[in-house]
Amino acid sequence: MAEKLKIATTSLGGCFGCHMSFLDIDERIVDLVDIFQFDRSPLTDIKHCSEYVDVGLIEGGVCNSENVHTLREFRKSCKVLVAVGACAINGGLPAMRNFVPLEECLAESYLTGEGIVNPQIPSDVELPLLLDKVHPIHELVKVDYFLPGCPPSGNAFWRFLTDLAAGQTPTLPYGLVHYD
Amino acid sequence: MSKNTLTIDGKPVQFKEGETIMEAATRAGIYIPHLCHDPELEPQGNCKMCEVKVNGRNCSACTFPAAEGQKVLNNTKELNENRRIIVQMLFVEGNHLCPGCEKSGNCKLQAIAYSVGMMDYRFPLIYPKREMDSSHPDILLDRNRCIFCEMCVRAGREVDGKDVFAISGRGIGNHLIVNSPSGLLKDSQLEVTDKAANVCPVGAIIIKRHGFEIPIGQRIYDNKQIGEVSVATEKVLEEKIHG
Amino acid sequence: MTWSESKQEKVLTIVCKHEKRQTRLLQILREVQEEFHCVPRYAIEIVAAELGLSRTKVEGVVQFYSLLSLEQQGRFHILFSDSITDQFQGSRKLMDYMSAKLGVKPGQTRSDGKVSLGFTSCTGLCDQGPAGLVNGHWISRLNESQIDRIVDMVEREVPVSSWPLEFFHVEDNIQIPGLLLQSPIEQGEALKQSVRQGFDEIFIEVTRSGLRGRGGAGFEAAWKWRFCAEGPEDYSGLSLVGRNERYVVCNADEGEPGTFKDRILLNSNAHQVIEGMTVCAGVVGAKQGFIYLRGEYYRLRPKLEAILANRRANNLLGKSILGRNGFDFDIEIHMGAGAYVCGEESALIESLEGKRGVPRVRPPYPIDRGYLDQPTVVNNVETFAAVAAIAAYGGAWFATHGTEKSKGSKIISISGDCERPGIYEYDFGISIAEILMDCGAENTLAVQVGGPSGGVISGKEYHRKLAFEDLGTGGSFMIFNKKRDILEIVRNFTHFFAHESCGFCTPCRVGTTLLKNQVDKICDGHSTALDLVGLTSLAKFIKTASHCGLGQSAANPVLGSLSHFPQAYKDRFKDVVFEPGFDLDESLETARQMSLRDDPWAHLEQ
Repeated sequence: MAEKLKIATTSLGGCFGCHMSFLDIDERIVDLVDIFQFDRSPLTDIKHCSEYVDVGLIEGGVCNSENVHTLREFRKSCKVLVAVGACAINGGLPAMRNFVPLEECLAESYLTGEGIVNPQIPSDVELPLLLDKVHPIHELVKVDYFLPGCPPSGNAFWRFLTDLAAGQTPTLPYGLVHYD
Repeated sequence: MSKNTLTIDGKPVQFKEGETIMEAATRAGIYIPHLCHDPELEPQGNCKMCEVKVNGRNCSACTFPAAEGQKVLNNTKELNENRRIIVQMLFVEGNHLCPGCEKSGNCKLQAIAYSVGMMDYRFPLIYPKREMDSSHPDILLDRNRCIFCEMCVRAGREVDGKDVFAISGRGIGNHLIVNSPSGLLKDSQLEVTDKAANVCPVGAIIIKRHGFEIPIGQRIYDNKQIGEVSVATEKVLEEKIHG
Repeated sequence: MTWSESKQEKVLTIVCKHEKRQTRLLQILREVQEEFHCVPRYAIEIVAAELGLSRTKVEGVVQFYSLLSLEQQGRFHILFSDSITDQFQGSRKLMDYMSAKLGVKPGQTRSDGKVSLGFTSCTGLCDQGPAGLVNGHWISRLNESQIDRIVDMVEREVPVSSWPLEFFHVEDNIQIPGLLLQSPIEQGEALKQSVRQGFDEIFIEVTRSGLRGRGGAGFEAAWKWRFCAEGPEDYSGLSLVGRNERYVVCNADEGEPGTFKDRILLNSNAHQVIEGMTVCAGVVGAKQGFIYLRGEYYRLRPKLEAILANRRANNLLGKSILGRNGFDFDIEIHMGAGAYVCGEESALIESLEGKRGVPRVRPPYPIDRGYLDQPTVVNNVETFAAVAAIAAYGGAWFATHGTEKSKGSKIISISGDCERPGIYEYDFGISIAEILMDCGAENTLAVQVGGPSGGVISGKEYHRKLAFEDLGTGGSFMIFNKKRDILEIVRNFTHFFAHESCGFCTPCRVGTTLLKNQVDKICDGHSTALDLVGLTSLAKFIKTASHCGLGQSAANPVLGSLSHFPQAYKDRFKDVVFEPGFDLDESLETARQMSLRDDPWAHLEQ
């Protein structure tokens, strides 16, 4: 049997809902691991991508500096990069903060909002800084495929990955493409 | 071929004197994608979704008069690619957050995007700042989702006999305004039974307290493509209105 | 909601002056703006009620035209032309200078309400820039010392009407006159000839002349007239019985950046233009005409009004012109208010009707259903000037000039990098090289023929000829020398179209803004070869899918420069696969400042 394809997954500014939905492929995950070997992913707890990864699935939009680093690591390592879910594709619900200046967001959360004790903006160097706007990932790196949905269904993940593994351009039938 | 015949993608279609290509197609059960057209309203041709090739020239099917012997191309790769760009433009222009929109599943913009296979946004998003108006007891106006099809504008003037909505601004700064002294919907004449309150193809104007009544999976476009739905409903409407 | 009675009275006076006609809405709003330095909400209510329009229709008009404003502007409202030639003459720097002196930023009104600054599209003074408008009045050849004096007068609140006249001095700047400018007609000459020969004969002369529209599209004038004269209800020839009204409209909405030849024709040859309109009215049987004068040409208005009055007094306008029974025709001046799209004839007609200048769906064409749905001829200023000459001297006289397909002459407006910018008139068929020689252009990188909506040509093509069959132009001829950056020119033009798109159709409304953002990305050095693919497909799409000529030509600067100057793009590309369109490190700035951080992890590489 040929060597397994390596797959990596991560969530940027997302809710991990896409990962949860991915697990909705249920027992088919047993078939999937026959084809794919999981590399960096919250499922494996591997912290960084191997030098070469075949498929990278990105959930979530780009909200902060750490997201930028993660996204770049994925782009560098992964032959095929897939934007998974609404947030990766259009910023999603986190992008609703784009209508409010970042200054106001931070002030409301850490300085002036109700119930705040000892108001201060966190400044630990380990904390990633927020970008002034949330961006979909295609505005930062070249993206090869898009898998829409909030989240995409387990069936959509299955169809998409099995198409890809078979060397075909992934095509989703009507009913598997949805934006919500 | 008999008189008053044109062809759409090679298929002969009869038309009546004075009809547009869209009207003839609808009557013949052929779907030409559209967002700003409704058989009950004066056609306007702003969305450009219905752009077809008439004897080699790009025309809006909803406004262009049908004529003898026209060779109309509609369902072609090139035209559908153009339609995909138009839906992508409309998505990046506004703030269309489908997961949180009550119209999702019943939205024509979304349905056309599904049917032309829109998987991505292609362009950088604009994220405009737009106002919401929730003042009316029964109707919500969320300008984030407005696509400037002017259906509500025309429905108010032509069907309801009320001049409730209008487009103001220019270019990318266009925005929907409400005819009331305060500029708010609650002080306008709009009622929940008006066509203007019900004609919005997207979720910009929605009736309150009816959100998410139909479960996901059973909404209009969850399983049926918009072409099928549109032909079924608009053919009847077209025949009723224009005979 | 109360508003002082005297203010209400002022609005009512304006409304009544215009006889409460809905078609005069734009004119009324212009005057309200002039009075209050904005169009106040209260005024909208009064105007709407008096005209029987909804307030939203009135507000929609206010927000469409860039010279009208809901927000309060200064008692001195100063606009700088943002045309590329003005920019290259240092207009941006001068604006910074003025802005610093006055303590107010462009686009803002100073808190004391005295002054506001802003940029506007080309003001039609590209041959004597940097130029602009003060309360609607032209100011040209701006420099720092002149700005010092302007600032002084603004601070002392010297009314514009008392400023020294030299500030408003605008020259015709005719460098080389040709067929039309060399032999202007005597007042009444064309009309006398027409009455003598009969309008059917004159129509034949116009046909014989081969005159094509001078606005740019080049539609044959006689054709337009014939269809208008016949109209939808009567195809039995040029008979004048039992018909609808006809209208003759002179398109003086000269908005294409770099064009100013109509400014000269209206300043110095207005008699001839008006006479051409009157001849046209005689042919098509129109009783009413309009001059649609672009808002920026406000200063020409009193002069034009005086000429119209003079012609009425001399029986060259009004009832029974030259004593001919039934030959009644008069002309109203209708001011635009800052909307380039109104140069498109159907948008112009909408604007004439007092509406937003949104181009109509065609067919029907204006010759069938134009102003108030009646058959309407819309011709360019220069076309009417030519008509008068043809009526006076004959079609054959005209047709012996020019080329086979482009008869007669063309007046062009030359601006940019040359010794002698100004007005040049040539017979059609002249080569670009000859023109460049005449105006003293050296080291020329590119010539923009026909303005942003036209095309760009480079050195290899200077043998090409000015003619409809080769290089057509409405009159704009901008020259750029080798010190200029072609992409900055493309950026300026692309911004222009995004600013002027009416927003009616999706491809142009959204497309012009996306194109603008994409060109900005390239100019700001954030692009890669991949961006070119997207740029090209977007540009082609906008060109084919848009509703009117504006959208269809909005991508020309991009497409033209891509084919003529591909290297200019390549020079900007970064040698990476992908580059974000915004400055990543910059977008951390707010968070950095608020968290008081500047450590290495608080920064991002592009």
